[in-house]
Amino acid sequence: MSALQEKARELLASAAVQVVIGYGRGSGGAARAVFIREATKAGDLVFDGTCLQNLAVYLMKPEVRKLGKAALVVRPATLRTILQLAAENQIAENSLLALVPSAEEIVLLATFAAIEAHVAALDSDLSTAEKAELQRFTALGLDERRRFWEEQFSRCLKCYACRAACPLCYCTRCTVECNQPQWIPVPAHDLGNLEWNVMRAMHLAGRCVNCGDCSRACPVGIPLYLLNQKLVSDVFTGFNSRSGISARSDNALSTFKPNDPEDFIR
Amino acid sequence: MPDFEPKIVAFVCNWCTYAGADLTGTSRMKYSPQVAIIRFPCTGRIDFMLLLKAFASGADGIIVSGCHPNDCHYSSGNFHARRRWIVFRGLLDFLGIDVRRVQFSWVSAAEGAKWAQLVNETAEHIRGLGPFTGYQRLRGLGVE
Amino acid sequence: MESEKRSIGREALAELISQWRSAGKRVLAPKRSGDKVDFAWVASLEEISLDHVQTVQSPKAALFPRVEELFSFRSADGRVEVRERDLGALPETVVFGLRPCDAAAFTALKAIFNWDSPDSLFSARLARTTLVAVACSSADEYCFCTSVGGGPGAIAGSDILLTDLGDGDFLAEIVSEKGRLMLQGAEALFRPGAGREKERCLARVEKAFDLEKVDPGLARRFDDDAFWAGQSLRCLGCGACAYVCPTCACFDIQDEGGITGKRLRCWDSCGFGLFTLHTSGHNPRPLQSQRWRQRLMHKFSYMPERQGVLGCVGCGRCSRACPVDMNILEHIRAIAEARP
Repeated sequence: MSALQEKARELLASAAVQVVIGYGRGSGGAARAVFIREATKAGDLVFDGTCLQNLAVYLMKPEVRKLGKAALVVRPATLRTILQLAAENQIAENSLLALVPSAEEIVLLATFAAIEAHVAALDSDLSTAEKAELQRFTALGLDERRRFWEEQFSRCLKCYACRAACPLCYCTRCTVECNQPQWIPVPAHDLGNLEWNVMRAMHLAGRCVNCGDCSRACPVGIPLYLLNQKLVSDVFTGFNSRSGISARSDNALSTFKPNDPEDFIR
Repeated sequence: MPDFEPKIVAFVCNWCTYAGADLTGTSRMKYSPQVAIIRFPCTGRIDFMLLLKAFASGADGIIVSGCHPNDCHYSSGNFHARRRWIVFRGLLDFLGIDVRRVQFSWVSAAEGAKWAQLVNETAEHIRGLGPFTGYQRLRGLGVE
Repeated sequence: MESEKRSIGREALAELISQWRSAGKRVLAPKRSGDKVDFAWVASLEEISLDHVQTVQSPKAALFPRVEELFSFRSADGRVEVRERDLGALPETVVFGLRPCDAAAFTALKAIFNWDSPDSLFSARLARTTLVAVACSSADEYCFCTSVGGGPGAIAGSDILLTDLGDGDFLAEIVSEKGRLMLQGAEALFRPGAGREKERCLARVEKAFDLEKVDPGLARRFDDDAFWAGQSLRCLGCGACAYVCPTCACFDIQDEGGITGKRLRCWDSCGFGLFTLHTSGHNPRPLQSQRWRQRLMHKFSYMPERQGVLGCVGCGRCSRACPVDMNILEHIRAIAEARP
């Protein structure tokens, strides 16, 4: 039994939690989310390079919340999501445990303060490769960028897998579903797709922790991560602010500084 | 494009810029008639999506204007709006949407002359850029 | 079903496709882009992918587009003027390179759209669409056509079925009258195909469950909330499965444009939480588990009962597209294998 399985078994057996949300083996060797509720099933848990999903998305699902206190197998982005959800008053202190798998031992984080301390030791910046890709894209001409996104968005099905996979898209009634008046067009035509994708990106500005699940979820492969990373980068450069590093801080766009840049305002 | 008269939509706050534009009129200053003013309680209420709706409805240029920093009727609406504009401008540019078509400004209730100048110069600028066909052509695309 | 056999070489096939294009036909075919293969409008055989297992989306958009105009309207002088679609102006379309499962799926779509009253727009598109399928030489673990009455070389539903014989030739089975019409003016491109066998060139897809046991299994399980919750707890409630599905046909109607505008039909999905929400606020399927159950019931129970056709062709697209690995084969198998 791996250290992770052992820890999960222990937590369930002692009733410290009612469910362990982790990764199990799925189709074709891929990982999938599993909800372990009995100590005897802890052996189903796996953790390796195929375990990519941000499981914090399930913390916001009523069906999962009903199961009771959860221990969540986390990746770095999952921890930042937990802090961001806490900062947005969506989850309460002591409502979950975070299990950080590593080769040696399983680190168990029980408080937001402990998660904050753990996250503080991680590099929450965009990676060098991510920055380079952003730079390459920004260096393209305006028309080239427009054509690129028009082609990408023309393939969008409006299946909302990006929204469903995002742990921070937790509104019970999304703006696209408000129809008196209709704000975002329902049909997946080119204009509707552009407006939907702009809105999705903007509503995550200053909140997105760059877990990448929207892009992974997109069945037609639209690189949504580029939009998110652009906003992550601008929010940091403009306001020296990062999402998901504190359970208490304000979102970048819910606050301001009197001396925010305004060279573009007449 | 000598015959092109741009359509400009101005999203303004009630307390400063709208009053400023009113002053322009009561001072009998003439300014470009291409602008359609839409009054909002505060720049903080001007959702970014309204700008896209204006473009989709045929606007060639947009003005967004409100109270100068520290003058907001609700004390911080314009500060919040400013952050949103910074992020939104960056995103538009990233998407290949020409941000030169959106002019942000602070115009107070006492700045009737500034409003006239802002509208005139923006109209001239947009006239130079031509109609925003790049955006308007999206309407109707993707419908079989 | 008896089909007429011909063979056609790769170059002749390329010529055939350019003939269609010259005749003003649109060609919808699988095209590779990055690591995904999906249907796109193509100009030549060169653009078409033939070596993939399955496309991301189904070709249903040829008959049931993502967004289509039903009619337009104009209000002037107190009168409303409605302009119907000119059905005669719809383009001639060839869907090329769809799989036998996709061709079978068109039978299900036809059954839905022409169930009680015929859908004129759908039927007009159908009348102008020819299906030239390509048999499967490979399959993956998500494929299960043989469990739902199909097969990697099944001809049902296709107008022409091509099979890559591996020696530069394709076997062309002319299945329908529409298929025969496609030969007119192109006879010279084909050679006789009698005696050429396709079996050795087809993918092997093992039968994964007993279809007979699925409907009774579903009926037994209907009220078993814990079972459905167990299957669907990780389901996120997006519409990816429905939108890539070749038989999912739910749609929404939207008016756009104010007093002068268009009435549009666009895809919808029973997986969405608001799909069944009533104006009163009541939602008959408030839980994701109920929506997942609905998806399976509709395909394997309600459609056979109402339209006499199965709502699943085993293409496996929903399983491949699902962001959280909801594998329909695994779930149906669990239902078929459950003890009474």
